[in-house]
Amino acid sequence: MATYLEFIQQNEERDGVRFSWNVWPSSRLEATRMVVPLACLLTPLKERLDLPPVQYEPVLCSRPTCKAVLNPLCQVDYRAKLWACNFCFQRNQFPPAYAGISEVNQPAELMPQFSTIEYIVQRGPQTPLIFLYVVDTCLEEEDLQALKESLQMSLSLLPPDALVGLITFGRMVQVHELSCEGISKSYVFRGTKDLTAKQIQDMLGLSRPAVPMQQGRPLQTPQQPVISSRFLQPVHKIDMNLTDLLGELQRDPWPVTQGKRPLRSTGVALSIAVGLLEGTFPNTGARIMLFTGGPPTQGPGMVVGDELKTPIRSWHDIEKDNARFMKKATKHYETLANRSAANGHCIDIYACALDQTGLLEMKCCANLTGGHMVMGDSFNTSLFKQTFQRVFSRGYNGEFRMAFGANLDVKTSRELKIAGAIGPCISLNAKGPCVSENELGIGGTSQWKICSLDHNTTLAIYFEVVNQHNAPIPQGGRGAVQFVTQYQHSSTQKRIRVTTIARNWADAQTQLQHIEAAFDQEAAAVLMARLGVYRAESEEGPDVLRWLDRQLIRLFIFHLRRSPFLQVFNNSPDESSYYRHHFARQDLTQSLIMIQPILYAYSFHGPPEPVLLDSSSILPDRILLMDTFFQIVIYLGETIAQWQKAGYQDMPEYENFKHLLQAPLDDAQEILQTRFPMPRYIHTEHGGSQARFLLSKVNPSQTHNNLYAWGQESGAPILTDDVSLQVFMDHLKKLAVSSAS
Amino acid sequence: MSVNQQAHTGPPYGQPQPGYQGYQQPAYGGQSLPGVPQAQYGAYNGPVPGYQQPVPPQGYFPSLGFPSKGSPVSLNSDTSSLAPNFIGSLRAPPTSGAPPPASGASHPSGHLAYSQFEHGDVQNGIPASAAPMQRPPASQPFLPGSAPTPVSQIPTFQQYGAPPASVQQLRNHMAGMTIGGTAASAPPPAGLGYGVGPSSYPPTTGAPRPPAMPGPPLPGQTVAGPPSSQPNHVSSPPPPSTMAGLHPGPPMSGLHGPPPPTHPPQPGYQMQQNGSFGQMRGPPPNYGGAYPGAPNYGSPPGPPPPPKRLDPDSIPSPQLNELPPQQKPRHRIDPDAIPSPIQVIEDDRNNRGSEPFVTGVRGQVPPLVTTNFLVKDQGNASPRYIRCTSYNIPCTSDMAKQSQVPLAAVIKPLAALPPEETVPYLVDHGESGPVRCNRCKAYMCPFMQFIEGGRRFQCCFCSCVTEVPPHYFQHLDHTGKRVDFYDRPELSLGSYEFLATVDYCKNNKFPSPPAFIFMIDVSYNAVKSGLVRLICEELKSLLDYLPREGNMEESAIRVGFVTYNKVLHFYNVKSSLAQPQMMVVSDVADMFVPLLDGFLVNVNESRTVIASLLDQIPEMFADTRETETVFAPVIQAGLEALKAAECAGKLFIFHTSLPIAEAPGKLKNRDDRKLINTDKEKTLFQPQTSFYNNLAKDCVAQGCCVDLFLFPNQYLDVATLGVVPYQTGGSIFKYAYFQLETDQYRFLNDLRRDVQKEVGFDAVMRVRTSTGIRATDFFGAFYMSNTTDVEMAGLDCDKTITVEFKHDDKLSEDSGALLQCALLYTSCAGQRRLRIHNLSLNCCTQLADLYRNCETDTLINYLAKYAYRGVLSSPVKTVRDALINQCAQILACYRKNCASPSSAGQLILPECMKLLPVYLNCVLKSDVLQPGPEVTTDDRAYVRQLVTSMDVAETNVFFYPRLLPLTKADVDSDSLPAAIRNSEERLSKGDIYLLENGLNIFVWVGVNVQQGLIQNLFGVSSFSQISNALSTLPVLENPFSKKVRSIVDMLQGQRSRYMKLIIVKQEDKLEMLFKHFLVEDKSLSGGASYVDFLCHMHKEIRQLLS
Repeated sequence: MATYLEFIQQNEERDGVRFSWNVWPSSRLEATRMVVPLACLLTPLKERLDLPPVQYEPVLCSRPTCKAVLNPLCQVDYRAKLWACNFCFQRNQFPPAYAGISEVNQPAELMPQFSTIEYIVQRGPQTPLIFLYVVDTCLEEEDLQALKESLQMSLSLLPPDALVGLITFGRMVQVHELSCEGISKSYVFRGTKDLTAKQIQDMLGLSRPAVPMQQGRPLQTPQQPVISSRFLQPVHKIDMNLTDLLGELQRDPWPVTQGKRPLRSTGVALSIAVGLLEGTFPNTGARIMLFTGGPPTQGPGMVVGDELKTPIRSWHDIEKDNARFMKKATKHYETLANRSAANGHCIDIYACALDQTGLLEMKCCANLTGGHMVMGDSFNTSLFKQTFQRVFSRGYNGEFRMAFGANLDVKTSRELKIAGAIGPCISLNAKGPCVSENELGIGGTSQWKICSLDHNTTLAIYFEVVNQHNAPIPQGGRGAVQFVTQYQHSSTQKRIRVTTIARNWADAQTQLQHIEAAFDQEAAAVLMARLGVYRAESEEGPDVLRWLDRQLIRLFIFHLRRSPFLQVFNNSPDESSYYRHHFARQDLTQSLIMIQPILYAYSFHGPPEPVLLDSSSILPDRILLMDTFFQIVIYLGETIAQWQKAGYQDMPEYENFKHLLQAPLDDAQEILQTRFPMPRYIHTEHGGSQARFLLSKVNPSQTHNNLYAWGQESGAPILTDDVSLQVFMDHLKKLAVSSAS
Repeated sequence: MSVNQQAHTGPPYGQPQPGYQGYQQPAYGGQSLPGVPQAQYGAYNGPVPGYQQPVPPQGYFPSLGFPSKGSPVSLNSDTSSLAPNFIGSLRAPPTSGAPPPASGASHPSGHLAYSQFEHGDVQNGIPASAAPMQRPPASQPFLPGSAPTPVSQIPTFQQYGAPPASVQQLRNHMAGMTIGGTAASAPPPAGLGYGVGPSSYPPTTGAPRPPAMPGPPLPGQTVAGPPSSQPNHVSSPPPPSTMAGLHPGPPMSGLHGPPPPTHPPQPGYQMQQNGSFGQMRGPPPNYGGAYPGAPNYGSPPGPPPPPKRLDPDSIPSPQLNELPPQQKPRHRIDPDAIPSPIQVIEDDRNNRGSEPFVTGVRGQVPPLVTTNFLVKDQGNASPRYIRCTSYNIPCTSDMAKQSQVPLAAVIKPLAALPPEETVPYLVDHGESGPVRCNRCKAYMCPFMQFIEGGRRFQCCFCSCVTEVPPHYFQHLDHTGKRVDFYDRPELSLGSYEFLATVDYCKNNKFPSPPAFIFMIDVSYNAVKSGLVRLICEELKSLLDYLPREGNMEESAIRVGFVTYNKVLHFYNVKSSLAQPQMMVVSDVADMFVPLLDGFLVNVNESRTVIASLLDQIPEMFADTRETETVFAPVIQAGLEALKAAECAGKLFIFHTSLPIAEAPGKLKNRDDRKLINTDKEKTLFQPQTSFYNNLAKDCVAQGCCVDLFLFPNQYLDVATLGVVPYQTGGSIFKYAYFQLETDQYRFLNDLRRDVQKEVGFDAVMRVRTSTGIRATDFFGAFYMSNTTDVEMAGLDCDKTITVEFKHDDKLSEDSGALLQCALLYTSCAGQRRLRIHNLSLNCCTQLADLYRNCETDTLINYLAKYAYRGVLSSPVKTVRDALINQCAQILACYRKNCASPSSAGQLILPECMKLLPVYLNCVLKSDVLQPGPEVTTDDRAYVRQLVTSMDVAETNVFFYPRLLPLTKADVDSDSLPAAIRNSEERLSKGDIYLLENGLNIFVWVGVNVQQGLIQNLFGVSSFSQISNALSTLPVLENPFSKKVRSIVDMLQGQRSRYMKLIIVKQEDKLEMLFKHFLVEDKSLSGGASYVDFLCHMHKEIRQLLS
């Protein structure tokens, strides 16, 4: 097993790929029996410090339906200067540039260690990155101030030649023209009326420049499209101007009478933002960043009326079909998301409010375009501020950790077909020989578009083994999959990353133990969870649970069943959307944390150790650190809390106590520093109200029902009717036996 | 009476001296049977003599004053003597006292001459019936020497005595005279030269008339009555004279008749005055003589011929032509012989201009609008606020129908008053609000009767008895008046204001101060012409002069700015901003206001931001290439802004082109001259789409008034664009082919005045009347959602509403008829107020009383508005015919029921209406009803709307422009030169004239004008060097230039709009345009000349009578 673990790890580090099965069952029948589908988690842009990009074009298979990229798995005839495609077996001539090729003089893409390789290509014009801020002005003064400061700060984080634009909205939507001197100028739209892209472009005066735009986009010319430049300007030019503009930004001036919500035209604002970019910079990387402090209350995409007496929809309302705006709003945002995605633009949503802000309806904007979704209580919190700052963080080489307009193309060997993908992408509807008829997730295509991605963005890709049982694969045969990701690097270069992997086929009847051994439990759990969440998004909750139970009952995903990804109890629709959004894009490690939070214990009894996520782990003399991905909870046990209150940590003789208190804080800080979005940081103690975050996660092995049965010496009882892991396991065992019979 | 008004021109003079003396005394003594006036007369007589000699000549001359023309000598003498004369005359009336009362019209000064004549005429007039007959003799006598003397003398006396009273008569006489004069071809020249003179001459003719006078029995009465009864009688007497004049046609014809050759038109007329005319003929020569003689009073008859000749020289060519043949006059009616507006105006001015008009008496006819007079409010509203077509209303509807005289009031609720008069007092009754009748809701006014010791009052409108609220109770004195009568404006004055309570406010909320929004077209045309820059520059200073409530430090009005082409730009000019912010709204299909806070601001607080904005607007759009504009969305934007700010206000829109950009209210060019004179012509006046009507309705509901400044280079469909301004009580200003150099001054003046003038918002006006009549029809710039309330989003001091009344029951002579006009409005400081105007009128059972108390100017105002509205729904021809028909009926009714019996061939006009034909003809010839080839569709629509909210003074000068001989101006005095009649015949090649009609000022320069004058006025050395591109007169340091400029300034000051100055050189291309305004002549577009039209009217009347 160790070898497999190493193999898996090595593969992940090199290629960013984790398969559920690392030895593949060789026929469809066997694969089906395996229950867990053959699938992989792919992190297309996994950060690889040891991977210098090569500065030439990849060599493609000449068969039009294949076009696979030359890779280490290809057979090469150095003398004839020929290579055979390992997917379609087409024999191809090397291009003239490869004339000097020989066994000792191989191009990088033929070397085994370059199973993942990145090409930099000079193709098409380069456009600077584009950031379009869409800012809600119906905020409390404090919030708005904080947001303004964050935005002003962000200007300094942008690359100087990036284009920025600003749209503000409240009751009206204002598109600010950034080029003018003196009078600041903005185009105003009414927040209640949806406009077509054409109308928006006409009204912004963008329709005519269509012609100059296409010509005028050549490499970094200063001669940018005249018109579009009115709204999108290089940061270095209008830095001061925009800073002032943001500084003068006022709260929405329209009076809000008592008992009403402010009128917020989020739907139209987004629509205009999408229309604006669509008209000016189609098919180039651009980021629409929506900052909103409440639900849309008017116009298309409105989520709730402006009467405060009618609360925003809850899961309860949705089940009762009582959410009157939901469907229409969802549709509106879906349309926008699709349009935006089609143009390669992504939409981020930064929603900070105590109540819901309509993420449920708007989620597809982020989900389909690869945008971020951040949910917080206020713009005036470090959660938002730091998260936002982290959007612009740079990697080792000083490059932004973001990429745009990725086009992921998956190619498979003949025995394998592509069933679908789950992640922040949309289908490009590329039918081909390697596309399966059965869909899992977003299927029916071999290509997907990911409008925005970073080094952690991870897609789940599902395959189907199509090889028939009666057509055995020769011993030692390998199946191959190639992932070709073309994207716009943050340096505005066009790059292509190619990952080619191969796995052995095995006959399940004779080599079952190999297959079992090569099972990647973690990957499988996450892949199944994604499927579950995907279904949960599109289907009714209970049905999904039942499906999951049928599928996973054998997989012990106890915590997943209890997670907010599948359970909506105690979560608002917005929260569910938020959690699911992140689950569908994070890499394996993070996903696992989300499924089963990590619990560390700090005590005087030894070094920090991971402990069971169980109520029995909650002891008076322990400090617990729980990481649920979305929250970091530090929990002081009863005794510890009393000591702290007594102030022992301030006494020199109890310095060790001080260190004990400090240890989890440091660890938490570390997590906080790296994670995106920044988790909610909770510091609580035994009996604290915030302790509920911990108590809701742990396995309720002790509850008010069995408190006395378990004795009192340890743990803390949880007040819940949920079954504990023990009960779950017992039930499971019973079930396993009965189902076996 | 018959047309008496012929100018008394030549004849009088000729005869004057001799005649007068003779007349006067005799007349008084003998004819003035009544004797009553005698004393007065006597007094007059006294003066008269003195006057006579000096007066006649001088008086006239001065007024006429065409030194250059005919007789310099006479002029001199005139002038010199004039002064005295006038004075004398002025005094005379007072002294006579009686006389004035008599006729009501006292022509003090200048009239002396007239009056004399008048009297003469009067007598003549009275004799009217006989007059014609007599005249001949009379005239003949005159010719000879002063043959008619006896008769004529009498008249003269009367005149003096009666002058005041019998102005009309005078006129009539004048007419008669003139006729005579006219008859003598000579007169015309004289007329021209004299301009005013003609009237003076009439006297002489009057003399002739006298003879006629004697004939008619009336004369005696009239004479006696002249003062009082004169009007009526006068009319009758005048008839004769008028007959002469008018009939010029008929009489003329008659005259002609006698002489074998008769002109075609005349035949009809002939009948009437044949006799007289015959005489006339005789006289003409004499007159001629007289005129020339005028200077030489001494030798009237003999010299005539030569003088005529003299005149010719000085007189323009037409006259020259006429001069030779004395016969011509026979064929043609002498223009001097028909009623002269100039004469009437002059008479009224002289008779009534000196005394304040005290409004205490019911049914008093006020002085003419052309007369300067002061008003003392003693219980009735000043005529500046309300003028009626008649101050004596028929008691029954039958009578009203029979007479066909429209009963209408022209109301100008917020009229500006001269500084000497006090604005209406503001009465504050606190929370209880104004006291009102329980039933009809009429407001407390001087006519309410307090009864039961003051505990109750009886409504003067509906007779309902209402309790006096305790806080308002007051004891009555022994006469039944409340003790506090004089303390309370609403009990003692005709006009006053109440402070409205919250019940009178929209939504039961006191209004916020109104706002002004300036909306500037910044399309290519506007920018290129420099208009945008001009407006922005002007606004910077103009904003300091927003209207404010009397004692307030600064105006409460807030301002906002919008620019637009195909899209709209709003500006945030909040005081806290360092720079204004511009907000573009491109969604013109669904207009909204993008901002609330910072759009409407206080000028002082946001001064720097506004200044910065106004500096930048021209720069921002300097390179614009956008040529298309929208229009309806602009109004919508303003409306929405006011809605959002919850206030009323006014939009100032500066617009340049037809709104063809894709937006609501988009228009297409539908101008089609081929439609003129077809049944579809009316569509040119109708809006293209009903969109604007609906928009206007919304605007009115919000109190959003729209003022539109148009700068078109081509058709932009004023008929449609004007709908909203029109229905919201706004104004339209149009500057076709706007050019910065020539038009900016005019535009800026209009703009300044428009911004600064007093204005009320969100106004509702209701007119309540005594039981028996009812307001049934309304004309003006407003919107009505029901049949009684006139709603105006904005109402300024120039806007006038004409209201027509109809009977729905009987009125009683005792109680008379009352009008109460209540206007509820929001003042410029946001105060809700009620302005009340009360007017009491007499009622009559005799048609004669009606005709005696009419006001022709008001009547014309009504008729013009009625006709101008008619063109929206009927073919123009139908409208014209209806007008003619109605006037014919009015006059026929008079002739049938009031005039003394006379030959059917005689044209007899009521004294009060003797100008009706000439004015009506002007209306008929106006651009709207009879467009010339050079008049654009837009012009017609513009004028149509303009006239609809004009007051009486404006319509008066609009339809009958004022023509002033500048070269006759006395450079040393402040006075204007005497006006002359609008006919080319009256122009002399050697003179410079000024013509104004309220919209334009023409300065016409004859080809023979002395170089010195040209040099003085234009700063160039010769006629040919005068540039007609001048838009102002050059500022030159010489008396003549100063005088002319001061005249122009004075005229500009009198009008609500800055008039466009156009220099017209004789025989230049532009002269065609100028001639269009010589309304007594035949117009190029087919309009009849005054004389022809008079003939036509006469024919119509005769048809009706037969």
